Amino acid sequence: MVELQQSSIGLVDYGMGNLHSVQRAFERLGASVVPVGSAAAMEDCQALVLPGVGAFDPAMEQLEQAALVEPLRQWCAGGGPLLGICLGLQLLFEGSDEGSRAGLGILAGRVKALPRRPGHPIPHMGWEPLLPAQPSPLLPAGAPEAWMYFVHSYAAEPADPRCTTAQVSFAGDPLTAAVWQGRVGACQFHPEKSGPSGEAMLRRWLAWLQQSRGQ
Amino acid sequence: MVAKRIIPCLDVADGRVVKGVNFVGLRDAGDPVELACRYSAAGADELVFLDIAASHQGRATLVDLVRRTAEAVTIPFTVGGGIASVDGITELLRAGADKVSLNSSAVRDPDLVARGAERFGCQCIVVAIDARRRDGHGWDVFVKGGRENTGLDAVAWARQVVALGAGEILLTSMDGDGTQAGYDLALTRAVADAVDVPVIASGGAGCIDHIAAALDPGAGGGHAAAALLASLLHDGVLTVAQIKTDLLARGLPIRPLQESS
Repeated sequence: MVELQQSSIGLVDYGMGNLHSVQRAFERLGASVVPVGSAAAMEDCQALVLPGVGAFDPAMEQLEQAALVEPLRQWCAGGGPLLGICLGLQLLFEGSDEGSRAGLGILAGRVKALPRRPGHPIPHMGWEPLLPAQPSPLLPAGAPEAWMYFVHSYAAEPADPRCTTAQVSFAGDPLTAAVWQGRVGACQFHPEKSGPSGEAMLRRWLAWLQQSRGQ
Repeated sequence: MVAKRIIPCLDVADGRVVKGVNFVGLRDAGDPVELACRYSAAGADELVFLDIAASHQGRATLVDLVRRTAEAVTIPFTVGGGIASVDGITELLRAGADKVSLNSSAVRDPDLVARGAERFGCQCIVVAIDARRRDGHGWDVFVKGGRENTGLDAVAWARQVVALGAGEILLTSMDGDGTQAGYDLALTRAVADAVDVPVIASGGAGCIDHIAAALDPGAGGGHAAAALLASLLHDGVLTVAQIKTDLLARGLPIRPLQESS
């Protein structure tokens, strides 16, 4: 029981569902994943994954109740690697049209409601090909076309467009599909639900994590 | 444009897959997790599990099934059947389901749709509507596996649950279910045009033409975002690959089978 988990990935557990699928996706790739529910538990982690399914305000409330808001900000400010998934991407920004609470504010910008257009149902749900933007460890230049599974009604608008690493087309407009800044990355889609393409992306992130250790 | 989805549906009871033909004559058709993996590898875009027994004692079995499925498959899946509370929703989402489907419980307690959507986001809340053509005009909503007419109008009910927070409608034509005579295109189109969330067409698929018609965005089409399939796939009449290849050739937006990764 007291065996030290070397270079574990901490999966932030704040009661917002779907930890299991994310955990298993990483474990299939040989990573060691531990649920993290407190600031103290983060200390032994090599990297954090911030998952999330649900609505913005309840998620921020849960993070606050778990006393994880400040520790997450400090983790990222201190150069800790973090991967946000779906709602986990949106929480990284300053706020959202979906709620009234402040987000983590780790990335500058806000989360906006998808535009309502006839013939384009919301939630934007289903499989879409990624449109590559700024290359990053998640989506390097020359990566093959990747179809990913999206389920969302909101999308982030980063203040700095250079942090957008992939977009997706919705009703003819490009939306933010994945971001990368420093050592913080996030995707709006679900890599753990995106078959072989999603698996390939998680594998790239793990490889980057190995390469960037100790930097 | 978001790809049209092909969704195999697995009816389960007590941890096993069964299949309904007009909701009678169930038969065992295998292990749900094994089938889920098979469909996932074959190119299915999503899966639906419906617990048709939905008994109290079967709940633990269902949660275990959801957990094992989430461990094994890398595509999204929805679970429905007998979910009557936010706690019930929470349990299944935490076990790894991506969405839950509410049917009778939404009719009994429409506010459950709102509470579920408030707690988890509308994208997690599917409302399943079993509709039967009414004498004269329109469709009635049935519950309890098609035995009880609620008197609700299917199109109005779809509008209502979407206003409450449903993120998707799983629309089954009771008239078509099990007949393989084609989806009820008028029903599918009426509901799809009435709401601004995706509609999954279900009930009646007998060949690829039927599937293409349900997904067709044109005047005579069903305007559905996805097609639910059971017998056609379970009985081996068609494969997901055959369906997708054919639909792609017809110019429908479909996630290609072969991914370079």
